[in-house]
Amino acid sequence: MEWLDDAIVLEARAHGETSVVARLLTREHGLHAGLVQGGAGTRGRGVLQPGNRVSAKWRARLSEHLGTYNLELVESHAAKVLDEPLRLAALQSACAVIAAAMPEREPHEPAFHGFSAWLAALPGEAWDAGYVAFELGLLAALGFGLELDRCAATGAREGLTHVSPRTGRAVSEGAAAPFRDRLLPLPGFLIGTGPGDPAAIVDGLALSGHFLARSLFAATHAPLPAARERFIESYRRHAANPATGMP
Amino acid sequence: MSGADLEKLIQLLAKLPGLGPRSARRAALTLLKKREQLMTPLGEAIQAAAASVQDCSVCGNLDTVDPCAVCNDKARDSHTICVVEDVGDLWALERSGAFRGRYHVLGGTLSALDGISPDDLRIASLVRRAHDDGVREIILATSATVEGQATAHYVTDRLASTGVAVSRLGHGVPIGGELDYLDDGTLTAALKSRKTL
Repeated sequence: MEWLDDAIVLEARAHGETSVVARLLTREHGLHAGLVQGGAGTRGRGVLQPGNRVSAKWRARLSEHLGTYNLELVESHAAKVLDEPLRLAALQSACAVIAAAMPEREPHEPAFHGFSAWLAALPGEAWDAGYVAFELGLLAALGFGLELDRCAATGAREGLTHVSPRTGRAVSEGAAAPFRDRLLPLPGFLIGTGPGDPAAIVDGLALSGHFLARSLFAATHAPLPAARERFIESYRRHAANPATGMP
Repeated sequence: MSGADLEKLIQLLAKLPGLGPRSARRAALTLLKKREQLMTPLGEAIQAAAASVQDCSVCGNLDTVDPCAVCNDKARDSHTICVVEDVGDLWALERSGAFRGRYHVLGGTLSALDGISPDDLRIASLVRRAHDDGVREIILATSATVEGQATAHYVTDRLASTGVAVSRLGHGVPIGGELDYLDDGTLTAALKSRKTL
């Protein structure tokens, strides 16, 4: 068995003194683990940083074996954000969410493309709004997409302000009024009606976090990854104190 | 191979870094051939170290005295603390002779994969030291990896209330490194850390 695929490094766990077991999000083979011999060495560690884009050649005698990877670095996304606390925390969070939420060896090409697109945008301005879109895209790729284009109660396409925490469908302002305290705010930037300012991003993170927990993590009784919690905590702190600037 | 004691010796040696079963057998044979010169003194040294070496209650270094020799050294700059991940990193910096301040060993990096949370690291004691010891600068010497730098950013956040200057080691081209052979990540980091001449 052998294949060559585009991939993004999610995590690498030490295996013995010189090797690591790497988990990659591949374009055509989904979330896929493999042994990287020499991956714990100086050169291997640089390649195996979370978020790095690699060309992965996987080899095994039988398809059900762990197999070994030969990896070649294509783009070092991690190095670009090492000095930027929030972007780095978001990168760790995204990798941890994918690694924990996605099934092994099940191709989900839209999830790969969504993650790739967000990584490419990570050094840019709208990386935080992109992060929310990436998490909602991941939910959609795994079959739990939200319906944010029309009101679940009235069918209206205008004035959408909330989301039902049970159905994941948008609700317009009028229909939401009696249930406002039980609904999740729908940030305007997700439907092109408002800016992606820090307050709206915090609402967006709460929205995607609710559905990640409910749709993907509840089945295994697992909490959302600690890396995501740390990212949200840091983002909230910076959003609450804009004077410090958004790193 | 025979003898439970010999098997046990080989198994234990094989658990040491850099030694596999084959090299552990060779090491055991060498020890047995040099009982007086090597095996007995090694056994005694291991026992003595196990009994006397302890974590420094101030910085987390390993030493036979508490506080450790570095913390006790009055000649060192007590206003600067270099934060490292492990004692091995402290030893590496000491070998270089480039730093004459104090240290603080975190005991690892934040890692969701290994279940290491902020409470598992010696961050609270670092914040206390920053408040108490008249410290002026803290140098974060964590690895240039995602986990290492995420830990550095977390520590920086925690130190924000102390008012102490926080810096980190430079990242970039190693001594003797040629640009043509460097990976993209190192080159990116080097460009970001460039200095005006």
